[in-house]
Amino acid sequence: MVFHSVVLDDEYCKGCTNCLKRCPTEAIRIKNKKADILKERCIDCGECIVVCPYHAQDSITDDLRDLNKYKFNIAITSTTLYGQFPLDVKIDRIYESIKGLGFNYIYDEGRAADIIALTFNDILEKGTNNFPLISSLCPAVIRLIQIRFPSLINNIMRVESPMEIAARMAKKEVMNKYDISSEDIGAFYLTPCPAKYTSIREPLGIKKSYMDGAIAIKKIYGDLVRNEKKISGECGFSKGSSKGIGWSRVGGQSMAMGIKKYVAVDGIGNVIKVLEEIENENLKNIEFFEGYACVGGCVGGPLNVENPFIAKSRIRQIYEDNEYKAEKSKEEIEEYKELFKSGYLSWTEDIEPRGALKLDDDMFKAFSKIEEINKIAESLPGLDCGSCGAPSCKSFAEDIVCRGANIENCIFMIK
Amino acid sequence: MNNSKDKNKIKLEYSIISNDFKRAGETSSNIKSILKKVGIDNKVIRKVAIVTYEAEMNIVIHSYGGNIKLMVEGNNIIINAYDKGPGIEDISLAMKEGYSTATDEVRELGFGAGMGLPNIKKCSDYFKIESSTEGTRLLIKISF
Ligand SMILES: Nc1ncnc2c1ncn2[C@@H]1O[C@H](COP(=O)(O)OP(=O)(O)OP(=O)(O)O)[C@@H](O)[C@H]1O
Ligand code: SF4
Ligand SMILES: [Mg+2]
Repeated sequence: MVFHSVVLDDEYCKGCTNCLKRCPTEAIRIKNKKADILKERCIDCGECIVVCPYHAQDSITDDLRDLNKYKFNIAITSTTLYGQFPLDVKIDRIYESIKGLGFNYIYDEGRAADIIALTFNDILEKGTNNFPLISSLCPAVIRLIQIRFPSLINNIMRVESPMEIAARMAKKEVMNKYDISSEDIGAFYLTPCPAKYTSIREPLGIKKSYMDGAIAIKKIYGDLVRNEKKISGECGFSKGSSKGIGWSRVGGQSMAMGIKKYVAVDGIGNVIKVLEEIENENLKNIEFFEGYACVGGCVGGPLNVENPFIAKSRIRQIYEDNEYKAEKSKEEIEEYKELFKSGYLSWTEDIEPRGALKLDDDMFKAFSKIEEINKIAESLPGLDCGSCGAPSCKSFAEDIVCRGANIENCIFMIK
Repeated sequence: MNNSKDKNKIKLEYSIISNDFKRAGETSSNIKSILKKVGIDNKVIRKVAIVTYEAEMNIVIHSYGGNIKLMVEGNNIIINAYDKGPGIEDISLAMKEGYSTATDEVRELGFGAGMGLPNIKKCSDYFKIESSTEGTRLLIKISF
């Protein structure tokens, strides 16, 4: 992978070890008192952004200036956005505030979630060989599987994420309504998530994303709040159902789709534990696994503003109030099922394993490296203190054998 | 862990302690992570993971303790699981899907579906089981 949304700002980095230990793929090292991300291992989950006390880890996304590139701009609203405002701020008012930023049209990601939910039985029928089916919603989880659990790639459902489906449907809808050609339309995701921004630039399962960019929610939040205070009217764009909006919290997908045998897990460390179980075939009787890198689900996405638990509670209330019905006619349901059958909602490309853990192309050489690593690791104190710049003594031993690290970087090895 | 010094050979050996539920599963997950680092094909790793996990759990749950050895030779992964008894009374019964002598306590931990041995066999290209009161021995080959 060439592009990563998660980046480090050297100026703020103090070289502390907070991010070092939290990285689920052990992708961070501290070199010369600054953190450094091993690109081939980064899954853009944003754990480091959340944990950095100095705000040195950040995420690249687009900004409002990028709207100038297009004649007609669509905001695709992540459903987490509705959890960022008190519930008495109506979604229609949020939409009106978004329009004030320069957008011409709004398409709710929850509408795409509804479409996936409607076709889920067809998806289940197609994917029955590998249980549980793993949700494709969280790209950080997919990338984690590519690196740490490649044997589970075939369990991932080959359906686009709601974000991507929303971009496609939104452009289609706009072109039907207005006389405008696709090059003139810009679709921008209002994103809680660096991993999804990376997926726009470096898509998973498709050649090219229909999304033209994404803007971090926290970048526009201030403007939205100010606009909301000023506006008089509301604007009515279609919304997803309450269930579709509920997808932004852990468990939301399974609940919306009425799946009984599901496991829903949030937080990348917990996701890893469950993927281990799936790999050991201990969850064969489960139909569906929804895993989120972030605590609480996407409501805990690092580019949100609101406290994840408060946002989660609001989304839960929207789900439970069930105010937004978004009922579909028979024709619409048929149309969606057709879309699924035609492959329009599905991945076209295979997800490849990312051999970032492999130590050598030659199996036997790789094995002798493992032996050497184990030998060195045994000679280290086993405190996992992080002073050497590696997340654990074991990974430091690996750095010595494979990345030319010097054993004297261990403060206990200096004679 | 006790690894060989030969070049062009991969040899792993782990001892498994009876009733040690704290460490149970560590051997198979260790093997899994080594095979990932070595770059063995995912489908093969998955089979090896299931075989070693089930064999490990059987030793922990049903035996007095034993060990698991894994070797890579040519295009084969050879797995030896061995324990010190008390052995399996009726092997053909034990091989049946759903047959289990697991206690209620063990079932509460989520084991005892009687699927371990049948799954091991399903994942193997070659499978042999021998048992007496002296112990139980599994020999498994998985080709890649
Ligand atoms: N190493 C062993 N020593 C003694 N008895 C064994 C051993 N392995 C299996 N058995 C016997 O064979 C039975 C079937 O084993 P199997 O692994 O198929 O199922 P299980 O261990 O009972 O349940 P599961 O593996 O699904 O959790 C066991 O219940 C036990 O009576
Ligand atoms: S849980 Fe949601 S916000 Fe967090 S990384 Fe995954 S998709 Fe992004
Ligand atoms: Mg068993």
